[in-house]
Amino acid sequence: MSWPLYEVFVRGKRGLNHVHVGSLHAPDDEMALRNARDLYTRRNEGVSIWVVRASAITASSPDEKDPFFAPAGDKVYRHPTFYSIPEDVPHL
Amino acid sequence: MDAELEREFDRVVDAEQRIEPRDWMPDGYRKTLIRQIAQHAHSEIIGMQPEANWISRAPSLRRKAILLAKVQDEAGHGLYLYAATETLGADREDLTTKLIEGRQKYSSIFNYPTLNFADVGVIGWLVDGAAIVNQVPLCRTSYGPYARAMIRICKEESFHQRQGFELLMTMMRGTDAQRRMVQDSVDRWWWPSLMMFGPPDEKSANTEQSMAWRIKRHTNDELRQKFVDMTVPQARALGVTLPDPDLRWNDDRGHHDFGELDWEEFWQVVGGDGPCNRQRVAHRRAAHENGAWVRDAAAAYAARRAGSDAEEVA
Repeated sequence: MSWPLYEVFVRGKRGLNHVHVGSLHAPDDEMALRNARDLYTRRNEGVSIWVVRASAITASSPDEKDPFFAPAGDKVYRHPTFYSIPEDVPHL
Repeated sequence: MDAELEREFDRVVDAEQRIEPRDWMPDGYRKTLIRQIAQHAHSEIIGMQPEANWISRAPSLRRKAILLAKVQDEAGHGLYLYAATETLGADREDLTTKLIEGRQKYSSIFNYPTLNFADVGVIGWLVDGAAIVNQVPLCRTSYGPYARAMIRICKEESFHQRQGFELLMTMMRGTDAQRRMVQDSVDRWWWPSLMMFGPPDEKSANTEQSMAWRIKRHTNDELRQKFVDMTVPQARALGVTLPDPDLRWNDDRGHHDFGELDWEEFWQVVGGDGPCNRQRVAHRRAAHENGAWVRDAAAAYAARRAGSDAEEVA
């Protein structure tokens, strides 16, 4: 019988997002947090840790052909570079 | 369908992008990676043993604290790598079982004994030095989770190598007896360190495919040469002699020439007949079996707490 898999997210310092750093096995949430501290922050790499059971994560399909992200593909007008402004117009 | 997926896979790899866990990948790529990363993880775990041998006999509290931190790092490296294999669908318990049943290999270097305290320094300098030469290119390997684990590992290995060199410099500034210990250690570890890069290119079965998949970035012989060239000036600075009468600078090649490795010894140790193969695996097995009650107790505690939570909700 093996312990469940947890994914580990570390906030490097105040003001930054938590970032996925890897995974580990632990019998419960609390032990997962302690194991994550010992495994992923031995050199003060973080000020905060999230652990979440891998089985609780729902992920999008990684397939490049997947139409999931397609809706954003043809909306270039969402980017500021889409608009041409004369060079002599300041502060824009 | 598969041909189209394979084209897409090749495109990503050739563009120096990373393959991620749920991407389609050829079966051979997955198998090669699981084998290589597991072997790497096992090496980190078995690699704790030769150095741990000296924790209780380190000559000062400073050296003991450093050595403990280093051995703890090796455990961490093993766990990062096992985690990477799991993203490929491997099962960690299965890998541990394969290790303690001798069905998967680890780096042969750890089948040599640590006979004096200078070995702790020489392992840091030469063995971790060779590991770094091997591992730095793996930070750009095509499989994302492996590359990310290697970036973390390489950062930490730098401490390992530097503490080793500093330890040796301290001993070389000591007594004649200490200098002799260092030289004795270098004499024993030099050739096995060169063997860490694996068989010569023409005998390396997996190199070509691994390079095409950009799992491996350089051949064994390229990396071995690089390590020799890096190490010679370090040995000079330290004041030790590398035990190879054929070792000399070759102006034409712009590299050091060096003697032929004892490949018979290499294949013997790989085949399970090195000085410590049986001891290393037996120790790992004992540690695993002796730890069973801890794993069981933690699981029982978690199950009981989950049960009482459920009752409260009900």
